[in-house]
Amino acid sequence: MSDPTHPAQIFVLGATHHRVPIEVRERLAVSSETAEQLRGELARLEGLAEYALLNTCNRVEFYGVAQSPQIVDLVRRAFCERQNFDEAEFAQFCIDLRGQNALLHLLEVASGLDSQMLGETEIFGQVKDAYALAQSKGTTGAVLNRVFQKAFQAAKHVRTNTAITAGQVSIANVAVDLAGNIFGSLSGTRVLLVGAGEIGEKTAKAFQSRGAPSLTVCSRNFDRAAQLAAELGAGALPFEQREERLADFDIVVCATSAPNTVISTSASAAAMRRRPARPLLYLDLALPRDVEPAVSSHGNVYLYNLDDLAKVAEENRRAREAEVQRAKSLLGEKAIHLWNSLAGRANGGNGSRAPAA
Amino acid sequence: MYSVIVVGYVLQSIGLLMRGLAVKSCPIGNSFEILQFCGWAATTIYLFIGATFRLSMLGYFTAGLSAILATISLSFGSWDATHSKMLSDSNPWVPMHAGLAMFGYGTFSLLALTSLLHLIRHYSLRSKRLSGWFSFLPSLIELDQIGTRLLGFGLALFTVAMGVGYLYWRIDKGTVDHLKVIAVFLVWVGYFAIFVGRLKGRLVGHYFAIACVVLYLGALVSLDPVNRSRYPDRTQVEQAHHE
Repeated sequence: MSDPTHPAQIFVLGATHHRVPIEVRERLAVSSETAEQLRGELARLEGLAEYALLNTCNRVEFYGVAQSPQIVDLVRRAFCERQNFDEAEFAQFCIDLRGQNALLHLLEVASGLDSQMLGETEIFGQVKDAYALAQSKGTTGAVLNRVFQKAFQAAKHVRTNTAITAGQVSIANVAVDLAGNIFGSLSGTRVLLVGAGEIGEKTAKAFQSRGAPSLTVCSRNFDRAAQLAAELGAGALPFEQREERLADFDIVVCATSAPNTVISTSASAAAMRRRPARPLLYLDLALPRDVEPAVSSHGNVYLYNLDDLAKVAEENRRAREAEVQRAKSLLGEKAIHLWNSLAGRANGGNGSRAPAA
Repeated sequence: MYSVIVVGYVLQSIGLLMRGLAVKSCPIGNSFEILQFCGWAATTIYLFIGATFRLSMLGYFTAGLSAILATISLSFGSWDATHSKMLSDSNPWVPMHAGLAMFGYGTFSLLALTSLLHLIRHYSLRSKRLSGWFSFLPSLIELDQIGTRLLGFGLALFTVAMGVGYLYWRIDKGTVDHLKVIAVFLVWVGYFAIFVGRLKGRLVGHYFAIACVVLYLGALVSLDPVNRSRYPDRTQVEQAHHE
């Protein structure tokens, strides 16, 4: 039997958003209950020395150390049987990487290079959680412990030394960043959300997560506004008072489905007369638009609509894409170094023999 | 980069100290010295006051301004050919007045730079260009707060400098050029008007920034009559230089 700590036996098996549509990913998603059952089955696989399961909305992946290539097939079979998924269909789109390629894949996943939203950092936490869970269940050992630790270091290195995570790429986060460009810290800002729909809610949550302490919800349906306000720990404002109270807010997020504008130029000008020195930012996320474009004729008023925010998000995405090659190059070096280091350990610590890929 | 700026600042400080010891007064006796001192004062104010704003970009702009002023001052050899004896020969109130006024100008230099950053930030927000170089700019509110504080500080320095100058002028009216007094008073009135307009909320946002930049240019122009006042007979100076 071959040495289980030899890096050639490191593998990654799974399915990601790259080749699998959301309908199929839904069928592949592993619930915590299923994961527990699967863990019991994998424990019975004698040749599976170590493994960790990364299960997010965009990917389900097994990272493992196997004593022989056939063990990976057994893992695949166990997973498909547990998910009641056709093995032949799974084979059509699954990723099955071994050795150094598997290492590089983990490094790219942890760095956000393999994410649907390029450079996003949430995946880093998800990989950490997956590793912590595997550790707590005792399914990781010397090899995976080292591999995951190195993957986290590599991800941090890439984030620090490239612009892969620079700028926001989602509309809600772009909006919050934009507010930061005007107000700096959001800790002293007051936000008015006009419209209690999904987009407005997401944006409001993004503001709260970045430290905006004062949020008021206003909707044509006051009950809905009050309900959302209660969920967000915010205040509610009757729709009729939105314009006369404009001066009380620094950031106005509009996301209603109203057929006509809900913020007029005259109301905005009146508000600015009451607060001339402090800028007012309108984020018009509605279609048709909620805010009259002429509000921005006032020197201290800034208006961004959905197209403007999308353009900024697209610019940021392109800037991130421009960094991909540099990030991949850095990770490639890290993967080779890690690979050689693992091979060195497997061969008695002298590192003199290159591992078989 | 930061260490290069610090080294440059230290060298400039030593140079001005040596010049001060040589002329036995504050080294602002000719156009060369005035520009050197003005750039040095701006950097000093940034290091001791501006650093609390935690705006590294303002620091880089200040270093850039100081380098430009130093380069200009070194480009015209004639500017350092003569030296006014007024500061070293008169009573100590005169160099104090001049030194405070120069620090006032240094503060207004920082204010102009802050206002320039404000205008660039305003442009980036209006034109919806937020990535690249623009992403390093401070927020509008920060720039506005810093601008207001610098204006207050600079105005206070300038007011004290003018007060000290007035005390000296009262004693010996014949030694001060009226054009200089009018020019400097207009600069003071301009900054005071901006300050009041800002506090009352009538001159805000990018209009405030524009006013500060424009008035700074005016303040620089006012240095000409200030400098001329050191040499009541300009022809004599020019002749001395040609000889």
